[in-house]
Amino acid sequence: MTTNTDSGGFRARVRETVLAAVRGLVLALVILPVSVLCFVLVAVSVALIPIGVGLVTTPWLLGGVRDVADVRRRLAFEWCGVRIRSAYRAVPADANPWARTFGMLRDPQVGRDVLWLCVDMTAGFVTALLPAVLLFYPFEGFALPTGLWRVLGEGETYWYGFVPVSGQATAFGAAALGAVILVAAFRCTPALLTAHFRLTRAVLDPGQGELVERVRVLTETRKDAVDTSAAELRRIERDLHDGAQARLVAMGMDLGTIEMLLDKDPEKARQLLAQTRQASVEALGELRDLVRGIHPPVLAERGLGDAVRALALRLPVPTEVSVELPGRADAPVESAAYFAVSEVLTNAVKHSGADRIRVDLHHVAEGGGMLRISVTDHGRGGAVVGAGSGLAGVERRLGTFDGVLAVSSPAGGPTMVTMEIPCALS
Amino acid sequence: MRVVLAEDLFLLRDGLVRLLEAHDFEIAAAVESGPELARALAESEPDVAVVDVRLPPTHTDEGLQCALTARRDRPGLPVLVLSQHVEQLYARELLADGSGGVGYLLKDRVFDAEQFVDAVRRVAAGGTAMDPQVIQQLLSRRADDRPLGGLTPRELEVLELMAQGRSNAAIAGQLVVTERAIAKHTSNIFTKLGLEVSDDDNRRVLAVLAYLDRDR
Repeated sequence: MTTNTDSGGFRARVRETVLAAVRGLVLALVILPVSVLCFVLVAVSVALIPIGVGLVTTPWLLGGVRDVADVRRRLAFEWCGVRIRSAYRAVPADANPWARTFGMLRDPQVGRDVLWLCVDMTAGFVTALLPAVLLFYPFEGFALPTGLWRVLGEGETYWYGFVPVSGQATAFGAAALGAVILVAAFRCTPALLTAHFRLTRAVLDPGQGELVERVRVLTETRKDAVDTSAAELRRIERDLHDGAQARLVAMGMDLGTIEMLLDKDPEKARQLLAQTRQASVEALGELRDLVRGIHPPVLAERGLGDAVRALALRLPVPTEVSVELPGRADAPVESAAYFAVSEVLTNAVKHSGADRIRVDLHHVAEGGGMLRISVTDHGRGGAVVGAGSGLAGVERRLGTFDGVLAVSSPAGGPTMVTMEIPCALS
Repeated sequence: MRVVLAEDLFLLRDGLVRLLEAHDFEIAAAVESGPELARALAESEPDVAVVDVRLPPTHTDEGLQCALTARRDRPGLPVLVLSQHVEQLYARELLADGSGGVGYLLKDRVFDAEQFVDAVRRVAAGGTAMDPQVIQQLLSRRADDRPLGGLTPRELEVLELMAQGRSNAAIAGQLVVTERAIAKHTSNIFTKLGLEVSDDDNRRVLAVLAYLDRDR
């Protein structure tokens, strides 16, 4: 029984060793051409940015490098259980080439990717090759005493490791060294492959720096969110105070007067009653507008898609809405998305001069989910996300949800505003 | 006339029951949630249903969905939908089957009891009662549109009331002119908009609404 288990364990160990060596060898053979090629192409592409060609090729190439790095991340986890995180900044799908190129080049993760290419073609290559060398080199040592030393040495001293092989005796010495190396390979080949992936992790993993950056962004967006909601509450308070509340007070007073007038002057009382009823209608109208500004009823009743459809029907410009949402997002996300669309549409109606607007809402499931909204008009263009513009407000609002906004609006149009908010649907 | 009433706020439900009973309606059922409404509509065969859009248990558009389903099962079932807010989107869904007997009003309209009861009767008789706000939204969207621009201010006024579902007599009463004058205005409007003239009040309203809601 015991022998069986032992030989089973031994066999598994051999299998593991050989597997690690073969994997390392394959990896090493692929690493060298791929990382050299990627690095050279990226370098050339970046150099070509001033003449414009680089603007097209760089994002594409960096995307490719990211794919290569992603494959390595996956292998690291599948082969050795080394988890390498990635923290790429989101770039909107419809950003213009300029914004896209520089957005990517400024991303620290992309910088780490490129640095990793350099490390990978040198230290990475060596560490990947080492397991295979350790496993296969001893076999040369075993072959030397069988006469191979004569062939390889060609009459001179042949070095196997640090053993100078010049005769049968030293050839056996080489075989002994081979045996020692083989035992060593046996003990540490899998660990060596793991070391390769650890090295990869040391270069690729975002580590603490990214966390600091994340904390900075979160602090900023939280401040924005708190400021915005405080300003909203102040506005609501003021609207209620000056509007519905004041009207109710007036109505209460009028009702008191009517009570007094009922016997003395019924005609006057009737007049006042009609007036009071009108005041109640106006108060209700104001409350309705206020509610629409806080949380539109259609949003609560039907969700984002129909709320945007209802909003489009209220616009003076014909607006086509297409919705592809298989479920509903969380209420805060829905609300933020709704008000963002509302603001962008208001902008388009006010400034673009377009006679048609298109809104497109859809959800992408992969990568944890992403709500993607685009608003397109064929107006005069020239929209910018500047200080004080409505779009800057939208960007801040979306920031709270890690959402991004991209504007493509050349003079003469068309204008396309794209918003992306990471979220899952329920 | 038998009415099924669905409204979740007790005070409003109670008020509506009293208002309708005072105008000789018979309340077949007064319910407060979607499932109860569905049951009441299926069991008590009312002449008209007065339904709040938002009902428990989900507090979404349960009432509206119930009404639409009931109208699919029993085409032409008169339904008057009440809401705190009016949306063209919902009006369009209610009008989609083109069979009339539809009302869609703000809850505020209850304040004017006579007009509200008139609207309930009109819907029960297979007519239409659209909230003035819905019509105003439709008209304002078309403010700079050619065919509507060709109407005189008076004709626009008549068009607005007509789209709400009012009869010639009611429009005449409201604008303080003779019914003949209104008939002349309506035939002018139909000619200018290129619509077929119809004597059937209800078909007339649906044609106007369809015209205003076109090209969205």
